[in-house]
Amino acid sequence: MPQARAPHPPRSSPGRQELVERLADRAKFIRLETVRLTRIAGAGHYTGTFSAAEILAALYYAELRYRPEEPSWPDRDRFVLSKGHAAIGLYPVLADVGFFAPSALDDYTRLGSSFGDHPDMRKIKGIDFSSGSLGHGLSVCVGMALAGRVQHRPYRTYCVTGDGELAEGQIWEAAMAAGQFRLGSLVCIVDRNRLSIDGHTEDLMGIEPLEAKFAAFRWKVQRIDGHDLDALLDAFSSLESDPVGPPQVIIADTVKGRGVSRMEGDVAWHVGNLNGSDYDDVIAELQAGLRPVATGARNG
Amino acid sequence: MAEQAMPTGSGTPAAAASGQALSEVFRGSAGDEHALRDARSSKGIAERTIPAFVAGAELADLAEDDERIVVLTADLANANRTADFAKRHPDRFFNMGVAEQNMVSVAAGLAAAGQIPFVATFASYLALLACEQIRTDCAYPGMPVRLLGHHSGMSLGYYGTSHHSLEDIGIMRTIADLTVVSAADANELRAILRLSLDWPGAMYIRLGRGRDPEVYPEPPAALRIGRAVRLRDGGDLTMISTGSEVRACLDAAEALANDGISVRVVDMHTIKPLDTDEILAAARETSAILSVEEHNRTGGLGSAVAETLADAGISTALLRHGVPDVHVVLGPPAGLYARYQLDADGVASKALELLSSSKGANL
Repeated sequence: MPQARAPHPPRSSPGRQELVERLADRAKFIRLETVRLTRIAGAGHYTGTFSAAEILAALYYAELRYRPEEPSWPDRDRFVLSKGHAAIGLYPVLADVGFFAPSALDDYTRLGSSFGDHPDMRKIKGIDFSSGSLGHGLSVCVGMALAGRVQHRPYRTYCVTGDGELAEGQIWEAAMAAGQFRLGSLVCIVDRNRLSIDGHTEDLMGIEPLEAKFAAFRWKVQRIDGHDLDALLDAFSSLESDPVGPPQVIIADTVKGRGVSRMEGDVAWHVGNLNGSDYDDVIAELQAGLRPVATGARNG
Repeated sequence: MAEQAMPTGSGTPAAAASGQALSEVFRGSAGDEHALRDARSSKGIAERTIPAFVAGAELADLAEDDERIVVLTADLANANRTADFAKRHPDRFFNMGVAEQNMVSVAAGLAAAGQIPFVATFASYLALLACEQIRTDCAYPGMPVRLLGHHSGMSLGYYGTSHHSLEDIGIMRTIADLTVVSAADANELRAILRLSLDWPGAMYIRLGRGRDPEVYPEPPAALRIGRAVRLRDGGDLTMISTGSEVRACLDAAEALANDGISVRVVDMHTIKPLDTDEILAAARETSAILSVEEHNRTGGLGSAVAETLADAGISTALLRHGVPDVHVVLGPPAGLYARYQLDADGVASKALELLSSSKGANL
């Protein structure tokens, strides 16, 4: 079934400028909420969430089709956060768009809370699949895309993976299956922030060249700056609508910790906790808006 | 006490011979035929043998009226006869290649979007290789994925330990929100498949090797998940068994009856949720319990029986019969069943051993 979708407003149109400003504001909101919720938990995944802030904002405030008032709408686009540890950035978005009240997050990670470090679909409206075990999400999305085909539904299935998790063999099993079944309705966005827990991906377990790898698995590949909202919108606008075309991947080059200068490109902040004046300083820095990336962080 | 789904006191409820030649039974792959040439040793078993790999055909029938059903396998469509489903519903069949972990997670994604996926492959590559995907993607989110682990136990004979699955019951039953069942023959499998369509959450369905001797002459309409079936009643001893060993227990019970020993035989087709009432009744009403399974003695059905008795504070003579905690020797299936006393003769010997030792203890 054709997937007719209106493209996002073209670059330099007034509509686009307005949209990008809104997305930038929502990306800031994601980062601020991540800092706030981490303080409730006592520790959290700051940097891998900051790297995905623009991706999540562009998805939920521009790209995905969903109905907060009808979370199980059968024709909704599916979204799976395969890098489940960035859920701390997703929960505030789900609340913000209306899946549940923002106050539901006030007990984040507390005993008996619905909201843990990794998302639970049985407890949280708007979560299409539970995640946390790295390498699984793309397979789950293959299944969702196949179901869309079986049921002749027009939805797309979007997956956000980390880059460290591309070392999981199951990712490539899923990539192979998506190519084999020509799942043109499947879109994978790789948050290519270059760092995993123990260091640089290329030092630890190299995953490049990513474009060539995905292409070899019969995917259509785009590679963009994952903090550039215009680039993200363009990438989404240029997705093919052929449901039996090749699956599509957007490799989003990002900076781990983006938005907080002390964290950018620093593996030490994969999990952390800000205390005292550090917390206030970081809030102030985020509220001031993104500054150019710290020297060296871009190459992680 | 559990509702009895089957009449009690009968000898062998399913003696009708199918008359089907073994070559017809297993038209699938030459490799499988080769592996399984050697039928279980008990005399006359071949006459009672009917195909157990009915899942493909049965699901194809069910799928006529149920659009939720989809079937996946991992390069074994001919061996497990899911090809029978593929022929009739090609749009709802997915051969995932030799990639079992991906297959299980894909099935979970299909389930999340409203399908009921039936996933079929060797038990060792479901319960062992894809264990974490079963827990994390099927059981934990409550996905109605049905995992058909066939060729369980040591039924792949001389294929060796890589292809054996003597640990799957133990592994699967420790996973919360996962139902664990085990079909004794093709007809019980048919009944389980039908029941599974309305059963909540994920389910692991342990199967034999596709030529299991008949226990049920037809799909038992009264079967209920979580309710054991008392296939034969007796007072001296209760055999609690599951899957491939149920037939061996019935044959052993018949042989023991000739020696004046009265044996109750329970088909504990559901290992989780376990019918503890039936176990406690056995402890109450018969003198000893022999658990029999094609599985490591550690962690399987026998362990579940022992846990039930211990939790209830009941002390009774119990012998947990299964494969000892070793990687079994190499050989054709029949040789292995004889070697590890899991054929009818072996089970009867274990029963006598149990009765002898428990009488000794009582003196």
